[in-house]
Amino acid sequence: MKFSRRSTILGGAALAAGSAAPARAQLTIDMTKPSFEPVPIAIVDFSGDRVGADIAGVIRNDLQNSGLFRSISPSSFIQRDVDANAPPRFADWRGVGAAGLVVGQIQQSGGNIKVDFRLWDVVVGQQATGLSFNSQPSNWRRLAHIIADAIYKRVTGEEGYFDTRVAYVSETGPLASRVKRIAIMDQDGANNRYITDGRTIALTPRFSPTLQEIVYMAYAEDRSPPRVYLQSVDSGRRELLGNFPGMSFAPRFSPDGTKVVMSISAEGQSDIYEMDVRGRALRRLTNTPAIDTSPCYSNDGSQIVFNSDRGGSQQLYVMSAGGGGERRISFGEGRYATPVWSPRGDFIAFTKITGGSFGIGVMRTDGGGERMLANGFLVEGPTWAPNGRVLMFFRQQPNSGGRAGSVTLNQIDITGRFERPVPTPTDASDPAWSPLIPQ
Amino acid sequence: MSMIKAFAAIAAMIVMAACSSNEQQAAAPATTTVTPGSVADFRQNVGDRVFFDTDMSNIREDGRQTLNRQAEWLKKYTNYPITIEGHCDERGTREYNLALGERRANAARQYLIAQGIPAARVKTISYGKERPDPVGSDEAAWARNRRAVTELQ
Repeated sequence: MKFSRRSTILGGAALAAGSAAPARAQLTIDMTKPSFEPVPIAIVDFSGDRVGADIAGVIRNDLQNSGLFRSISPSSFIQRDVDANAPPRFADWRGVGAAGLVVGQIQQSGGNIKVDFRLWDVVVGQQATGLSFNSQPSNWRRLAHIIADAIYKRVTGEEGYFDTRVAYVSETGPLASRVKRIAIMDQDGANNRYITDGRTIALTPRFSPTLQEIVYMAYAEDRSPPRVYLQSVDSGRRELLGNFPGMSFAPRFSPDGTKVVMSISAEGQSDIYEMDVRGRALRRLTNTPAIDTSPCYSNDGSQIVFNSDRGGSQQLYVMSAGGGGERRISFGEGRYATPVWSPRGDFIAFTKITGGSFGIGVMRTDGGGERMLANGFLVEGPTWAPNGRVLMFFRQQPNSGGRAGSVTLNQIDITGRFERPVPTPTDASDPAWSPLIPQ
Repeated sequence: MSMIKAFAAIAAMIVMAACSSNEQQAAAPATTTVTPGSVADFRQNVGDRVFFDTDMSNIREDGRQTLNRQAEWLKKYTNYPITIEGHCDERGTREYNLALGERRANAARQYLIAQGIPAARVKTISYGKERPDPVGSDEAAWARNRRAVTELQ
């Protein structure tokens, strides 16, 4: 799965300073502003190969789903003969209200395809960016996501998150005997596949930083306690991560992938431990009679945030990655759970239970500046997109008449805008968003 | 309502209860009265589960009575190894509830040990909020979901 990013294609000069920008829409967006209009963008089917229409479709879908773009319907396009290598008729594109125009072409080269794309700033009448890639034809979806990421980055100034995957728990069947298996899919729902067989309950999948492995908790076929497993995504080979007498659960990789932090139970007490993935050395990080669980490393690996009921109710605490220096950071009303440190280091997202309802929120890493983003009967388990601007979580509807309420994955911007359901083939919970796929 | 119908219904319930929970013990008695010392006897006449308050794991007074009966029965019928399943309602997060279920199972286990059941005979497993019984999203269902169930092997 190698991509050679050949070059930035010509004409990619930055916008000339002081160039006139008279139109209403612009090809930039400031995501920190309290409100903005989505950027209207026209994406033309890529020329040169039948897969060009599919590539354009994936890019449209990615950008539209971000909430930051409005994909203009191809049926309204005026210029139908746009040449991927020549400037478009900007007036025609202004005429359909576009601020940006994406064109591309595909050429066969050996057994590979060469894909060139350009993003035109229609407002200014210049190329905004352009890139060229070489890859195997079967990688066309990933190429489309990589191009969508490049467009997102050029317009927002933030890294994209479209070339990523999501691991989650697929749920089927009646609740009393619910089948819960780990699945992995592309961020947009494509290429869904199952990586556990469903014979026992498997929960809480999390990616290694290279995406080559996941850790999760699974029950055994006998009645021995559920434990944490490490599994290769491609080969399916799995191994027990430490054989402890009690339950081990809530695993998560360190940012460098060399360690896994998890909870282990003994005599009703749950503490946090860190295991070296290669040598399997185990180190105890907390020791209280309380429930200490849901540990997550800071983006730089130096600290761990977790939840504990040591103070009487479930709250968030931060400690050093090696243990020690534990301090409480959540002080609001209600119970706090499932803290996850943003990959960019500025926020911690969490689940909050207040009275009869659940919420997904973010706070600064010192616990200040709490903001709630989503609420409901049951919302739980936020996970960060690699750019730290978007969260995914799961939303369960109440059960009724002995039947399970639906459980869906949802995505939301950290400003609280653009909540949308993420399509999955079955009911789905416990999403884990991967880092960007290594290219 | 004939006696025969009522009789059949009771017998069916006994068989269903046995089948649904433990296949090894599925050969439930097809008679009107359960066999003393059987799984069905334990469930029906002793009570296999105790309930907890929200987010709590202390054994309540009603639970003590059930566990006292369990201990008495288990001392009489010593051939069953025991696994106590800890469960939670759906009003907590998944990972925390796994830990809370373990804490509830352990509380029931410690109580039985204090009543003289050998520690080595009693294992625990937590299902957190993954196996609700009954299924429902109201206070009545949640109160029944917050439970520790003594399963005979």
